[in-house]
Amino acid sequence: MKLIFEKSVKGRKCDILPKCDVEAVALPEGLAREVAPRLPEMSETDVSRHYTELNKQVHGVNCGFYPLGSCTMKYNPRIDEEAAAMEGFTNIHPLAPKSSVRGALEVLDTLRADLCEITGMDGMTFQPAAGAHGEFTGVLLIKQYHDSHNDTKRTKIIVPDSAHGTNPATAAMCGYQVVNIPSTPDGCVDLNALRAVLGEDTAGLMLTNPNTVGIFDENILEITKLVHEAGGLCYYDGANTNAIMGVVRPGDMGFDCIHLNLHKTFATPHGGGGPGAGAVGCKEFLKPFLPHSALMEKPGRLQVRGFMGNFLVCVRALAYVMTLGREGIPEAATNAVLNANYLMQKIKGTFTPAFDRICMHEFVLDLSGYEKETGVSALDVAKSLIDYGMHPPTMYFPLIVHEALMLEPTETESIETLDWAADVFRKLYALGKTDPEFMHNAPHHTPIGRPDEVKAARSPIVRYDFA
Amino acid sequence: MGSYVPSTEEQRREMLKAIGLTDYRELYRDVPENMILNRPLDLPEGKSEMEVRNAMAALAAKNTVFSTVLRGAGAYDHYIPSIVKYIPAKEEFLTAYTPYQAEISQGVLQSIFEYQTMIAELTGMDASNASVYDGATAAAEAAAMCRDRKRRVTLISATAHPDVINTVRTYCYGTNDELVVVPAKDGKTDAEALKALLNDGVASFYVQQPNFYGVFEDADALGEIVHAAGAMFVMGCNPIALAIMKTPRNSGADVAVGEGQPLGMPIGFGGPYLGFMATTMKNIRKLPGRIVGETTDHDGNKAYVLSLQAREQHIRREKASSNICSNEALCALTAGLYMATMGPDGMAEAANQSMAKAHYLEKALTAIPGVKLRYDHPFFHEFLLDMPKYKEIELTLAAKGILSGLPYEDGMLWCVTEKASKATLDLVVSVVKEVLA
Repeated sequence: MKLIFEKSVKGRKCDILPKCDVEAVALPEGLAREVAPRLPEMSETDVSRHYTELNKQVHGVNCGFYPLGSCTMKYNPRIDEEAAAMEGFTNIHPLAPKSSVRGALEVLDTLRADLCEITGMDGMTFQPAAGAHGEFTGVLLIKQYHDSHNDTKRTKIIVPDSAHGTNPATAAMCGYQVVNIPSTPDGCVDLNALRAVLGEDTAGLMLTNPNTVGIFDENILEITKLVHEAGGLCYYDGANTNAIMGVVRPGDMGFDCIHLNLHKTFATPHGGGGPGAGAVGCKEFLKPFLPHSALMEKPGRLQVRGFMGNFLVCVRALAYVMTLGREGIPEAATNAVLNANYLMQKIKGTFTPAFDRICMHEFVLDLSGYEKETGVSALDVAKSLIDYGMHPPTMYFPLIVHEALMLEPTETESIETLDWAADVFRKLYALGKTDPEFMHNAPHHTPIGRPDEVKAARSPIVRYDFA
Repeated sequence: MGSYVPSTEEQRREMLKAIGLTDYRELYRDVPENMILNRPLDLPEGKSEMEVRNAMAALAAKNTVFSTVLRGAGAYDHYIPSIVKYIPAKEEFLTAYTPYQAEISQGVLQSIFEYQTMIAELTGMDASNASVYDGATAAAEAAAMCRDRKRRVTLISATAHPDVINTVRTYCYGTNDELVVVPAKDGKTDAEALKALLNDGVASFYVQQPNFYGVFEDADALGEIVHAAGAMFVMGCNPIALAIMKTPRNSGADVAVGEGQPLGMPIGFGGPYLGFMATTMKNIRKLPGRIVGETTDHDGNKAYVLSLQAREQHIRREKASSNICSNEALCALTAGLYMATMGPDGMAEAANQSMAKAHYLEKALTAIPGVKLRYDHPFFHEFLLDMPKYKEIELTLAAKGILSGLPYEDGMLWCVTEKASKATLDLVVSVVKEVLA
């Protein structure tokens, strides 16, 4: 595929703006640009064709099965898109008089109330633009809380070794030392390890439940109790909320603050890597520390970005919650768990689930034994799936399982798709034993083969060279 | 109730049977009984699609859509070409995830590579990342990337957007680093005060260009002062203005950041927006966030991949410089698409018309007795006026479908873009004249 710059033709343009109806004004001396930026010069036909060509080489969840564990790739409903495109939402200025944006404020109030009910929280901010951003915001609540009590000796955040990389990175961004605790063989918190590290220097714990291998930690009440007894607070990483929404609430598990990924659990589209929204909820006592935009809301609070957040993402999430409602929310969660268990059951007998027990919304396959036997790695299997039209599952995460493939089908997949997916895995399992070489060289039917990532990092080329 | 679960009751029973269960409850048998929510959620019943559409439309109708928006302050109402709204709505672009599997994501990866190139071009820099959440977080991330073991203090001009200052303050609070706000003098950064605040503990100084008041700062001079003290110079830029303005690179910036919303994103009540970050090759490994790089596959075909990941959280965990895991991919796609559709000439046109119309309005308003330009300096497309009865002016114009400038610091901060017609601007002037008569 040619780059857009290679398709540019000098003098081509789209006719977008009318002639200026007022007198031109020049920039002050010395401020004018010396050389025009080398942006593409194209007709509208050229632009349309180029982006269509790019679009053909993108795989979206609305187009095919996307069992990416921990990402909750559920179907993105079109009505949510229609809502977010309404002029009454897109064409309102964040600093317009409050009386002129009553609808927008109601969207946010309603969504906040609904999500607080679903999670067992009392207050919420929509400022965070992503999950990691939400983690940062949540841990800042903890920090502000301890600072407000002059409790300066609390310097440590506890993170299980099964946690997503963003968790320890977040703790570091908040000035905390990270204390990693080992998990039990089934990915749960080792209570003894936890007790051993708890103390006067504990600021808090970051945890997700179900955990990153898709298992619900049944000791959760004990865990949060222990942290509270030590004077720390508990933060819930909401990435796995799709397993439990409407069935169990983080607020009832003893968590003090949480983040939700609206782009996972609440079906807002991922857009190739954003925009999302990492709504952060908290219990009553932490509400005074929630962030606010100095200019748009009220000064005197911290804030983690400009204005109030990704409003148009919130619109989509509200349309989704409105659609599912009281019964639809737990129905989605229950069927997410049902689908995952069904798929795991159908794959069993070929690749090995890391844990042979009821899973939550996702499960991990452990290919370390298979790799020893055939030389075919989790990466090889993932790349081979591509040739069957399936987006690969999450690879090599969490770190506590070796040669891991994590699958999360979500509730929006049909039994036919699940049966087909299991069949593909069965085929590949057999193929690896008879023709491992073929799988080392997968994918075979894509525009490019495996890229040389080492070369990319060693000699970075991060822009087009016009020379 | 609306549902996106395709399986029928019968199929669900079949699936339960295949797992060896008889009841949905058994799926949650690992959850302690006392934690299961034993009541329905206190939410309304689910709705059909038609009901949802009507409910959302009713909410949208409670918002006033002004026919002309003369308020900026970080959210700019520029004209968005039709194709720029249409292409990011294509389901593949819209519903794809982060492009971890390069072989099936070349479309996303290439679109980001193109975006990175365009941002580098606009800013005059060597390298851009794939975007961060917004302009304010970009400023905070830039401050973080400029720190080292010795130099930790962040300086920021008081003429920056209040939300940017507060966001940088928040990130500094997180890492226990000091933030010092350099005072303004007559609507511009006080260069003497800046000099006095610099020392060998200062990591960087951030200035917005044009600044929050719309005024052009003496960026080159400020940059020299900063470099003389051994600190790094960060400029927050307006991407439309950059089509015609001296690049931050040529003004001596080490890092160029800014709010990318004007590049094809609607004002949308504040988000989603787009933070761009660009720097020199020297600093590329300090850039946070995703970066797309070019490489080849084993057959020598050109290929794009997420690269330089050793900087990032999934590799370095607590040693990562930032926890950022994603970007604003669809917004970056939108921005690249806007820049390609408008082209260099179209963007220059948008910039020049915004500037021309803003000056037209300013001249006409300040001709009215009692109305004065507070900071008498050259400006781009925003200006702060001393204006009596500004509340009444805001209300009167609103009744005519016009969103006035922003009441700010006992004045009014106006913004004009290429969208405003001369006729509307004349109407605004006559309304103000009438109110102040």
